Amino acid sequence: MSPGWMPCGDSGARPMQHILDYEFVLRNAWLIPALPLVSFAIVGLFIRPRSAKLSGFVATAAVFASAVLAWILAAGYFRSAEGGHAALVPWSMEWLRFQENLSASVGVLVDPISVLLMVVVTTVSFLVHLYSIGYMHGDNGFGRFFTFLNLFTFSMLGLVVAPNIVQMYVCWELVGVSSFLLIGFYYEKPSAVAACKKAFIVTRFADLGFMIGVLILGYYGYSFFTGAGSTAVGQPFDFAYLTSPAFLEKFSQVATGVPGLTLITVAMVLVYMGAAGKSAMFPLHIWLPDAMEGPTPVSALIHAATMVVAGVYLVARMFPVFAASEQALMVVAGVGAFTSLFAAVIGCTQDDIKRVLAFSTLSQLGYMMFALGVSTVHEAAGYTASMFHLFTHAFFKALLFLGAGAVIHAVHENDIWKMGGLARKMPVTHATFLIATLSIAGIYPFAGFFSKDEILAAALYGGHPIIFGTGLLVAGLTAFYMWRIYFITFWGKARCEKAGHAHEAPVVMLVPLVVLAALSVVSGFVPFAEYVYLGEKPPHEGINMGVAVPGTIAGVLGIAIAWFLYAGDAGRASALVARMGGSYRHIRNKFYFDEIYIFVTKRVVFAFVAAPIAWFDRHVVDGGVNLTAWCTRTSGAVLRYLQTGQVQTYGAWFVTGVLFVTLILWKMFM
Amino acid sequence: MIEFLASYEPGVVTWLMLPAVLFAIGIYGLLTRRNAVGILISAELAINSAAMNFVIFNRFITPAKVDGQVMSLFIIAAAAAEVVVGVAIFVMLFKHRRTMDVTRMDAMRR
Amino acid sequence: MGLVSWLILLPFITAMAVVLMPERLKHLIRWIAALGTGAHLLLTTVVTVEFWKLASADAASMGTARFTKLYLVEQVPWFKSLGISYLVGLDGISLCMVILTSIIIFTGVMASWTVKERGREFFALLLTLVTGVFGVFVSFDLFLFFVFYEIAVLPMYLLIGVWGTGPKEYSAMKLTLMLMAGSALILVGILALYHMSGLHTFDLMQLATVNYPVGFQKWVFPVVFIGFGVLGALYPFHTWSPDGHASAPTAVSMLHAGVLMKLGGYGALRIAVYLMPEGAKEWGLFFMGLTTINILYGSFGAIMQKDLKYFTAYSSVSHCGFVLFGVATLNLIGMKGAVIQMFSHGIMTGLFFGLIGMVYGRTHTRMIPEMGGLGKVMPWLTVTFFIGGLASLGLPGLSGFVAEIHVFLGGFFGNPWHSITAMRVLTILATMSIVVTAVYVLRGLGKVFMGPIEDKHFLELTDATIPEKISTGILVATLVVVGMAPWLIVNLVEPAVMPIVNRLNGMP
Repeated sequence: MSPGWMPCGDSGARPMQHILDYEFVLRNAWLIPALPLVSFAIVGLFIRPRSAKLSGFVATAAVFASAVLAWILAAGYFRSAEGGHAALVPWSMEWLRFQENLSASVGVLVDPISVLLMVVVTTVSFLVHLYSIGYMHGDNGFGRFFTFLNLFTFSMLGLVVAPNIVQMYVCWELVGVSSFLLIGFYYEKPSAVAACKKAFIVTRFADLGFMIGVLILGYYGYSFFTGAGSTAVGQPFDFAYLTSPAFLEKFSQVATGVPGLTLITVAMVLVYMGAAGKSAMFPLHIWLPDAMEGPTPVSALIHAATMVVAGVYLVARMFPVFAASEQALMVVAGVGAFTSLFAAVIGCTQDDIKRVLAFSTLSQLGYMMFALGVSTVHEAAGYTASMFHLFTHAFFKALLFLGAGAVIHAVHENDIWKMGGLARKMPVTHATFLIATLSIAGIYPFAGFFSKDEILAAALYGGHPIIFGTGLLVAGLTAFYMWRIYFITFWGKARCEKAGHAHEAPVVMLVPLVVLAALSVVSGFVPFAEYVYLGEKPPHEGINMGVAVPGTIAGVLGIAIAWFLYAGDAGRASALVARMGGSYRHIRNKFYFDEIYIFVTKRVVFAFVAAPIAWFDRHVVDGGVNLTAWCTRTSGAVLRYLQTGQVQTYGAWFVTGVLFVTLILWKMFM
Repeated sequence: MIEFLASYEPGVVTWLMLPAVLFAIGIYGLLTRRNAVGILISAELAINSAAMNFVIFNRFITPAKVDGQVMSLFIIAAAAAEVVVGVAIFVMLFKHRRTMDVTRMDAMRR
Repeated sequence: MGLVSWLILLPFITAMAVVLMPERLKHLIRWIAALGTGAHLLLTTVVTVEFWKLASADAASMGTARFTKLYLVEQVPWFKSLGISYLVGLDGISLCMVILTSIIIFTGVMASWTVKERGREFFALLLTLVTGVFGVFVSFDLFLFFVFYEIAVLPMYLLIGVWGTGPKEYSAMKLTLMLMAGSALILVGILALYHMSGLHTFDLMQLATVNYPVGFQKWVFPVVFIGFGVLGALYPFHTWSPDGHASAPTAVSMLHAGVLMKLGGYGALRIAVYLMPEGAKEWGLFFMGLTTINILYGSFGAIMQKDLKYFTAYSSVSHCGFVLFGVATLNLIGMKGAVIQMFSHGIMTGLFFGLIGMVYGRTHTRMIPEMGGLGKVMPWLTVTFFIGGLASLGLPGLSGFVAEIHVFLGGFFGNPWHSITAMRVLTILATMSIVVTAVYVLRGLGKVFMGPIEDKHFLELTDATIPEKISTGILVATLVVVGMAPWLIVNLVEPAVMPIVNRLNGMP
């Protein structure tokens, strides 16, 4: 009755050379997410309790296999379909059946952006696995760490390949929980515990919006689906159906009670709330900086390269639906632009190397978001640019985190003011970090330059000059704060004893750095617009000088200011800080958002909702029950006085009763 | 007068008067006596009035059978047994509490 | 004697066997209980396979997978003059509940391996209680149903009153009296249904063919629904639950929260809605409102609790709210969700209470603030507790999600008889609980298992023993299997809910 897990096809005895060809991989694309899942189960249940080392090895091998498959798939997919990259669903099965014509399936969707993300996720994940073998060496939870990493990789891949919104939601939550587990990896540390709870609860709150959005889409998808009959594509929850013009045309007509507000806007803003939670958009950004409590490889994989882009991916995946509502797109663009600026400003003031990178991630995610927000179905340059930036950002940001991890590993300290002079002691780390810093600052020919350029171009030519200006400003700020940490960390003299004794990281950690550095250089040259686009394939454009020049100037200016303030003695910087006074303090304290949230939850929700309910239950509702019991008991106590214990009194009552009854019977029958 | 008495056939109502009076006396005693033995005797009166009723009804309703008389014998036996048990209890109580006053026997209430 | 009767008899026989053992053979008593319940688990498997065979044969012959009838029916007249008969059978919902009960009682016996005082009486009462529960789930004669219902409810008094902790007499008394009040309402309802039908039968399937007058349904439906609602922790009749669960010993909490509270939802669906569809249409929105209060109120209440058992009890109030919420949506998706939630919550809460018992047995405290960092010393219990916690906050991949998405979707889809806007507003309010649940679950578990070790002597504590591992392992495996392969339970439940939906829609 239930479709099995095995897909169709004769995967029996095939010659080895066929195993790795495109056709085979495409047919068995489900293997890409399934391998980490299987490895998660096996490592978690059987290997981890016995041998930590072996668990690391098996977990890494499984992700490596996935990565190989993903690369083969990508190579074949982008090469094979020249005329247009069709969305394929090579495998799916019914998973959850709600009623006739309404079910959620699990499946694998192969289309340009999912293939792109598969490559990014498996590659970065594999490199991080490899790196972690060195980084986590000797940790008590070595096996546990790899188990969680595998779980995360599976969930993220499941999210990426989701052909319908329910699978997306399912993996979305799984990604959230693996993030929770990994942030709280050092579970004995109170700050890590607080951070993991915060991350989960904030994203969960955002997911509430996503959930309601899914309900709305599910309902209207279903009701228009039955109406649409045979012309509909797929099932009501499928993206193919939800983004189809036939559905959107009807759905965008549905009104809410409020004039000027269509239901599609409400639904998409709710879905965007989920996306904003995962991608840590303002005002749900507060969890990401704290998430740096997790081990550094985790920050690299989850909180920089992959999970946090899930929100961007969701918006891209449902882009035609967003595009059907102008207001929803405005929200996406506005929130994205604001976050990118907001986070960049805060990033300039932080001293913890990982926190700076976290704010930089926020800022870059904002970039990707507003790139989506400024494009439309017809003018989809921003869509391409956003995915392009997602692609390059994954590599250079992972590299930055892994480099920071190598530094932290060597110095045992997160504070940049305790580092310094590491360039000579850690040459490979320094070189790769420099490449990444150049890349994120948007300097030609590094990857960041190309993608940032496209985003800015999309904003400018999409008719959003304010957003373009913001983007330009953010580009400068990004260059400034990244070079700030670069100069402080690697230049000058060692500022504490541990930094003086720092050593280069082991080879197993350096290999991923080098690979990622190479990717950060070359990924910019990928002819991205050939592969990922919406609608018609756009004409090939070279570098747009009108955007590239100001962008580069902004970047160079940022670098120059950073050099001026931090490369030499720090006196200039502290003088500036002193002059900024109060506003610097507000920025450094992240505009007190954490405090506001804590106030709202602890002082408002807990004190004015939860505590009164608990009290009400104990005293009023339960009091009501006890009151009933008391009434019963009291009436019993009163009636008790009728029981004299004197047989003769009872006898008298009895006789009176008998006489009375006799009298009644007499009256009735006589 | 003699003739009247000789020919007088008392009806069932006349006969029933005696048990009725007996029963009333029994109930009155049952409710008012304070001595337990007195109560027991009163109860005997009431029971015997019932036995007498059986005999009377047997005579007037089914004269051919003796069911009622048999029943009265049962009642006499049961009453005797009851007296045995009751007096035994009272003896024990008297030993225990040195009184036969039922108004003071209210242990159940406490 | 058919398979279904054995389902009821086996625990009873085990109970008798336990009673006949001399008190001092403690080990033997435990082993008998474990073997009896283990055998029951096997029997349930056999029954499931048998059911599946019959059902799929039917599905094949009917062409669609809708087995709307009872399987493995046994009928023996009992009081002919009153139309009472011993009528037992199984449909998808009953089978689900039987599987649930069978798992919970087995794991419950495993979890109470260390009961010290009066082990014999404890196991005997526990097994008697379960006999009643199985009886309720398989009987399709209302009178028989009620008899078993009472058998299931009453031993609870002794179990809590004798083996409990804290203010146990008070809790036991409160629980029993409130549930008795509920049964009184149910009895009134059942008798009213019997008399009104004019069929002189208590056979549920026959009564379900009667179209009761609307005016009659209007007042009997709430009576019956509230009667069952008391056991299903319907607000504001839920207050027996926190005290009762907190005072009860481990296995009893497991059984009570895991299975007994499901009798409420089961009865509400099977008797109240099925027999009185018009009444349900009249009162559905009202009860949806009440259960929304349940859902939010329970979860907010749980945030403030310091005692792990109260914490879980309030979370149960919230989760049982989902059951009755699903029932009150009156559509296929929602009612299916209600049944799945009954199963899922049963397993989940059984796991919770079992684990709390195990943790308490080690730390000798249940107060959350006094604990901390237990993850280091008891990894197995931590992992299982977290899986349970994640299931309760509706994490996909575990069974809670399957149920919750059904319930939410059901509520959101609405039904033709109520204002769809009102239903949606209530549903959206209910979805808020997924955040609140995350808050209290993570706060509670985070405090207990993560962070620094709170007390030096915690370092000497040990991890789970073998029986404890078996018991928690089975429960966790069930959560995962249902969560990963939801079609197993969905395909079982859907055909059984269909007749109820059809009756609501006025189809035969």
